[in-house]
Amino acid sequence: MQVYLDNNATTMCDPQVVEAMQPFFSEIYGNPNSLHKFGTASHPALSKAIDQAYTAINANDNDDIVFTSCATESNNWVLQGVWIDHILNGDKNHIVTTEVEHPSILSTCKFLEEQGVKVTYLPVNDQGVVEAHTVKSFITEKTALVSVMWASNETGMIFPIEEIGEICKEKGVLFHSDAVQAVGKIPVDVSKVHVDFMSFSAHKFHGPKGIGGLYIKDSQALSPLLHGGEHMGGRRSGTLNVPYIVGMGLAMELATKNIEETMAKIRAKRDRLEDELLKLSDTFSVGDRENRTPNTILISIRGVEGEGMLWDLNNSQIGASTGSACASADLEANTVMLAIGADNELAHTGIRLSLSRFTTDAEIDYTIAHFKGAVERLRAISSSFAKQKPTKGGEVQECELHHH
Amino acid sequence: MAKADMLGESLWDAYSNKVTTLMNNPQHQGEIFEAEAEKRGHKLIVADFGAESCGDAVRLYWEIDPKTDKIVDSKFKSFGCGTAIASSDVMTELCIGKTVQEAVKITNIDVELALRDDPDTPAVPPQKMHCSVMAYDVIKKAAGLYLGVESESFEEEIIVCECARVSLNTLREVIKLNDLKTVEEITDYTKAGGFCKSCIKPGGHEAREWYLVDILADTRKEMDEEKMKAAADAQAEGGGSFEDMTLVQQIKAVDAVIDENVRQFLIMDGGNMEIIDIKKNDGYIDIYIRYLGACNGCASSATGTLYAIESTLKEKLSKNIRVLPI
Repeated sequence: MQVYLDNNATTMCDPQVVEAMQPFFSEIYGNPNSLHKFGTASHPALSKAIDQAYTAINANDNDDIVFTSCATESNNWVLQGVWIDHILNGDKNHIVTTEVEHPSILSTCKFLEEQGVKVTYLPVNDQGVVEAHTVKSFITEKTALVSVMWASNETGMIFPIEEIGEICKEKGVLFHSDAVQAVGKIPVDVSKVHVDFMSFSAHKFHGPKGIGGLYIKDSQALSPLLHGGEHMGGRRSGTLNVPYIVGMGLAMELATKNIEETMAKIRAKRDRLEDELLKLSDTFSVGDRENRTPNTILISIRGVEGEGMLWDLNNSQIGASTGSACASADLEANTVMLAIGADNELAHTGIRLSLSRFTTDAEIDYTIAHFKGAVERLRAISSSFAKQKPTKGGEVQECELHHH
Repeated sequence: MAKADMLGESLWDAYSNKVTTLMNNPQHQGEIFEAEAEKRGHKLIVADFGAESCGDAVRLYWEIDPKTDKIVDSKFKSFGCGTAIASSDVMTELCIGKTVQEAVKITNIDVELALRDDPDTPAVPPQKMHCSVMAYDVIKKAAGLYLGVESESFEEEIIVCECARVSLNTLREVIKLNDLKTVEEITDYTKAGGFCKSCIKPGGHEAREWYLVDILADTRKEMDEEKMKAAADAQAEGGGSFEDMTLVQQIKAVDAVIDENVRQFLIMDGGNMEIIDIKKNDGYIDIYIRYLGACNGCASSATGTLYAIESTLKEKLSKNIRVLPI
């Protein structure tokens, strides 16, 4: 058996989605902008996909949902567009975000800082979420934009987006949320929650890679990132990626229809897995379950280093993820883990398991067994569990190696 | 950046087969207990290095025959990633059969070489070299415990790059000998900074006492000073008189004196000056200068300031100097 439990990184494309995309490669391949029937033949499917996307997040007909190449593009577009419109060509100079955003937000903010923009990176609490009052206290008259993720990729923790939205509305500040980890995992309703801009990505909810979207409330102004042939009402140029838009539309519908029911099923499996793993001694998981995306577990196993654990899981055909510094190409400790500040240990022992609606009970059973086996083997090797004490003078008082 | 960088290499694919095999099945993992060792008439030494909170930790066990100082058995325990476990395993392998004094000579490079499948292909990608860095440190510590000396006493030199074990003296020599100007050149010549990169500059994976950027800057400064001193010495040998210098040398010498003694005061008042020409005239040396900025037209520029410039140059270079503002 092989078990994929890294669904916060990417998901399997639903075979139904692949099937829906199929005709738009070699059969209905016209450019939707063309006047002839080869072009217009794709319009019904595109209209349907647009409807599916609007319905999935409950967008108003006056709102825009623009298809982009990925959420990285959507995030770049919002940050750079707001910079051009309200900072370069306006009287604002400040952006508020958090320390735990995706690199597509953080790196873009760093870039904007180099261009002279002031950026505030808000810290998270011990639950790994930024608190609404913290956001409120950092908004100034010069603040152009607040950008806060809807849910964390690392921990699954859900941020108080509704409250932050109200604060921004009240203060008259634009609000963007990177909802990549929220759409398809928890209900996201833009008619109930105030967001000016919201990014999402198809491959996180069983759609194809290479397509995402940006929701824009009331079709408000935002300078384009990509200039060109005036596609999508001039908002985002580039020939429409017909098969992928069709695929994303269906994927969004499948992921959000009956979401409460689907969530409950995933949550039951997740909770069972988490409960079983927490039976192991010296383990803890991050964040209140009730305020977490229902598919995510971030668990710390004392005495077992994350990359080593990932290695053993991989040998058992289980795909998971770790924030351990050792597993990253640059050896840098994971910013989210450090921001949560769980005694540095999480930065080295955190294992993330993220389920999907395709995860089966048999897979959970298999994972429980092999996870426990891996912990047993690695703890048997681990110095943290050794019995013979060091020779007098041979102890380690504190970390003498890396000072992050 | 090029084609090879477009799809980054998978970290695990870069591990040697030996690393993979030993990670999956370490040969010397385990413990030796004091009572057992004593029963065999041997001395047990157990040393820790690193801690769980810093991401890597290793505990090294040596069972030593006190008559010969020979390590008859060695085991390890490790909190760490795959490469840390594999390198700890090879480290214990390398220790067994050696005397404590011989074991101290085992370096991280030795450990890495022992993990290679073939001599020319690194066993781990450069950034993972860090994980075997602990070998040398923990061995030193164990040896210190056995011999009853400070583990630092085995360090004959200051090691700047722990991964490649390059000393401060080596770095200084190589920089001077090859006239190295960048950290990249240092890495090419010595391998220092080529692995975990901590020693390149502050803010890397771990804090270091010495950084390549500082060593480079200091050594370059030293080299410049040496060069200047050599030039000054040469001048002194050649008589050293201002009158005997070439025009270029004279202008440089005047500039140096002005820079050192005068210019800062002019700049403070919003002015400056430049040297236009130097001419020999009836036993005098006439230095033509031009005032810039606020000095231009200042009353003092023809009296007090001018006198100060002239007397300084006379004192430092030649009593025959006259300064003429134009």
